[in-house]
Amino acid sequence: MTLLQVQAAACHFRTKGGVVKAVDGVTLVIDKGETFALVGESGCGKSTLAKLILRLLPLAGGRITFDGEDIGKLAGRRAKRYRARVQAVFQDPYSSLNPRLKVKTILAEPLLAHGVSRRAAAARSDRVLALVGLPASAAGLYPHEFSGGQRQRIAIARALVLEPELVVLDEPISALDVSIRAQILNLLQDLQTDLGLTYLLIAHDLALVEHAADRVAVMYLGQLVETGPCAPLFAAPRHPYTQALLAAVPRPDPGAPRAVAQVRGEVASALSPPLGCRFHPRCPSCMDVCRQRAPEFVAVASDHRASCHLLD
Amino acid sequence: MGDAAARNAAPMLRVRDLKTHLFLKRGVLKAVDGVTFDLASGETLGLIGESGSGKTMTGLSLLGLPPQPAGRIVGGSVALDGRELVGLDETVLAAEIRGRRIAMISQDPMTSLNPVFTVGDQVAAPIRAHGLAGDGDRTAIDLAVDELHHVRVPAARERARDYPHQFSGGMRQRVVAAMAIACRPRLLIADEPTSALDVTIQVQLMDLIERIQADTGAGLLFITHDLGVAARVCHRIAVMYAGRIVELADAPTLYASPRHPYTQGLLASVPRLGKRGKRLASIPGNPPNPLSLPDGCAFHPRCPHATQQCRRRAPPMRTVAGGDQVACWHSG
Repeated sequence: MTLLQVQAAACHFRTKGGVVKAVDGVTLVIDKGETFALVGESGCGKSTLAKLILRLLPLAGGRITFDGEDIGKLAGRRAKRYRARVQAVFQDPYSSLNPRLKVKTILAEPLLAHGVSRRAAAARSDRVLALVGLPASAAGLYPHEFSGGQRQRIAIARALVLEPELVVLDEPISALDVSIRAQILNLLQDLQTDLGLTYLLIAHDLALVEHAADRVAVMYLGQLVETGPCAPLFAAPRHPYTQALLAAVPRPDPGAPRAVAQVRGEVASALSPPLGCRFHPRCPSCMDVCRQRAPEFVAVASDHRASCHLLD
Repeated sequence: MGDAAARNAAPMLRVRDLKTHLFLKRGVLKAVDGVTFDLASGETLGLIGESGSGKTMTGLSLLGLPPQPAGRIVGGSVALDGRELVGLDETVLAAEIRGRRIAMISQDPMTSLNPVFTVGDQVAAPIRAHGLAGDGDRTAIDLAVDELHHVRVPAARERARDYPHQFSGGMRQRVVAAMAIACRPRLLIADEPTSALDVTIQVQLMDLIERIQADTGAGLLFITHDLGVAARVCHRIAVMYAGRIVELADAPTLYASPRHPYTQGLLASVPRLGKRGKRLASIPGNPPNPLSLPDGCAFHPRCPHATQQCRRRAPPMRTVAGGDQVACWHSG
């Protein structure tokens, strides 16, 4: 069942150098209960897209509907209700928690803002702390008294305290110590199972995405280049960019295929994206048509689509 | 990579029981607490560990640059080509060692380049400082352009006149690499050189680092927290935990059959491509507070095999089959 639908979403920033189309016509559907991953390199627009979904940025075009409602048209009480239903966990638990607030205040604030009584808020905070594996005594402490992994548990607790349906996880483990990452990842998976959550996972680590996500969309310069269920997409990526990303992943196994550079050069400027296919200047299989015309999205298998002239 | 015999005969870099402590108001932080390893020319040794494990502090100590004013090398020895560096006078270190014999590529190319000088000037700076230009008619700038060309900065002569902000992240890191190799150091220390970069750029830079190492024959100390990057780049790997090396082994051995429970835990806890859906094994607990380390083995509170012995005494480093080393009462 569809929970969130993004149709031709666009987000533009006016800068001194011109207009940056950070998100430029993205269409995707997230089903209830799944983990949908957005991957891509820095600057591809994945976090901007998440902010559009969180209503932290206005849409310059297109439409986002959540549970059938156009989120661009929400106002008043309904807009507030949306904020409770969609929550976020950010990358860096050192900057995402207010250092001057005790954990109990951090957890109670969203509840009080949504009209829950103090007593009920305290009770719910305690429950959520237990849910994320922290002792009740954590409520009386400040963020600096916790390690990075514990702080991320607090950030997760804050996201869950309003009992959201969709949680945006923006690089939720990449700022954490390696030995802590698996703990947090397992916690997120347990919470999803227990609470029936839907996740939008934003990540640059493809091994993490393959491990944790059901479906994935690959972004490049503000647009999707390939989307589909994780298993077939990782087994047989169809877009040259997806192939290059996978080939470049260094694997913790000297026996595995060596990470290789399949693409040369760097991402073009978002101020003046290349004409035709935006990936063509770096593409190892670039053809004449790629310089002239942007490729259409074509279905290569059920629910697996890619935009590349090689697939025409 | 030299063979084992050559390594044993005369390691280019010989570090013995190195100790660097930070004297803070809150107490003494033993950032590096008895680190021992050898490094041959042409060899890449990975120093892997989490934040606070002491890997960066080890690198800074080799350069004689523990953070000031709190940091001090309090013991041990660092010998480069037989010359003892610990205790050398600061002026000697600056004139003969830093940038000349030992150079560093740091993580963030934005902060390691000066925004108000051209890139060419900055690559030329170590060449000038160590008096390596001047014979013949080639200036320091000419030599700098050669180095920029060496690290594959396109249109090197023109780009030498540009400023750091005019370069992308990947290109800036190439400039930093050019600076580091400009004086053909014997030892290169690369501290998370690819961690700030996207994967498609990261792999280009790993190729580059391998190539400049092959060209210059330098020994490379590669500091990283990324087990994938280390597997790709390193010949041997030292795993650090709480200021000490807990395991040191050839890279293929370390990944195929890790001996220390910490290494085993790390390798079991990373998601891998092609291994979808399986629940990851996680290491319980949190990294220790470096100001109040547990007694005995610092890893024991998180270790599934910990016994009374582990709680009482820190395990010594022992050499096991194949010359690999592990510090654990229950391994090897």
